[in-house]
Amino acid sequence: MNEIEEALRSDAARLPAGPSEALQKSLAERAAAEGLLDVAYAELDSPIGPLAVAGTPRGLVRLAYMPAEAMAEELADKLSPRVIRSPARLDEVRRELDEYFEGRRTEFEVPVDWSLSRGFFRRVLERTARVGYGNVSTYAEVAKKAGSPRAVRAAGNALGSNPVAIVVPCHRILRTGGSLGGYGGGLERKEFLLRLEGVIAV
Amino acid sequence: MKLPPLQVLLDAHSGEVYRFLVATAGPVDADDCFQETWISAMRAYPKLTDAGNLRAWLFRIAKNQAVDAHRARSRRPVPVPSVPETASAASGFELEEPELWAAVRELPPKQRAAVYCRSVLGIPYDELAELLECSRDAARRSVHEGLKRLREERTP
Repeated sequence: MNEIEEALRSDAARLPAGPSEALQKSLAERAAAEGLLDVAYAELDSPIGPLAVAGTPRGLVRLAYMPAEAMAEELADKLSPRVIRSPARLDEVRRELDEYFEGRRTEFEVPVDWSLSRGFFRRVLERTARVGYGNVSTYAEVAKKAGSPRAVRAAGNALGSNPVAIVVPCHRILRTGGSLGGYGGGLERKEFLLRLEGVIAV
Repeated sequence: MKLPPLQVLLDAHSGEVYRFLVATAGPVDADDCFQETWISAMRAYPKLTDAGNLRAWLFRIAKNQAVDAHRARSRRPVPVPSVPETASAASGFELEEPELWAAVRELPPKQRAAVYCRSVLGIPYDELAELLECSRDAARRSVHEGLKRLREERTP
């Protein structure tokens, strides 16, 4: 009995390590085609460090300055546990971000999936999305446009919760009077983006 | 129900599930079985009510896929893999005892899975029972019967 088990165990080490890349790719494609890929994610390189990005069939749902695996955990909790690393769905985002960082793109075309934001927070972020490249607004102004002129601090919180950094340009919102205010990714990143867009002089 | 991202399962278990399928379903069917296993796992995953033993759950699905492939194989004489074989990882490896593995694949499906999971992976009997959807004693018997048959085959 032992001899058989021994033979199986030692020979099993010669079995292939795992599926080929072609097979893994074909699995991801089929999952997407059958509507089973609820959230696809990837990690992209950028001049301001690695970006974790995630997309649903409806659009870009998350763009964050955090490790991709931590983002995957968060989205499994909030959206669906069917979260799979699958860069293919994020090719368009990657291309647009590359162009943006090279200074060749001033507007993003990828659709945004807003499902992580609700109520006032969402209204603030939708207003923020209308502030164009190279322009800035203030926390007070977006609070007012979102329908609650006195909720300036809440507007700040809404921007801090922005699930889709850069593409929903919360970096374009400053404090009344012109000081930078805060930024979820750290003020150096906010400065970098504003400098890239020509708001802050180089 | 708090479930980990499906990717965590893929990272942790796709290698061992694949090897299990190469061993129990055979190199020709392994790729198809692997894809079917994960597609059905993805379908069922959000509805899982018990995140207790995801590994046993996955192997149970894989075992059933191997059984289905075996049935389909006996209906059609020529294998028609849908994944191009040239790209398969299940070709171009050599085993020292191909006859022994062929004998494993001749075992009834339950014994096949039992022997592999117990003897190669060392899965504890509690988990094996869950995987085989039977009692602990029945799981133990399956391993025993399977190994006994393999030994008889080997020493005629």
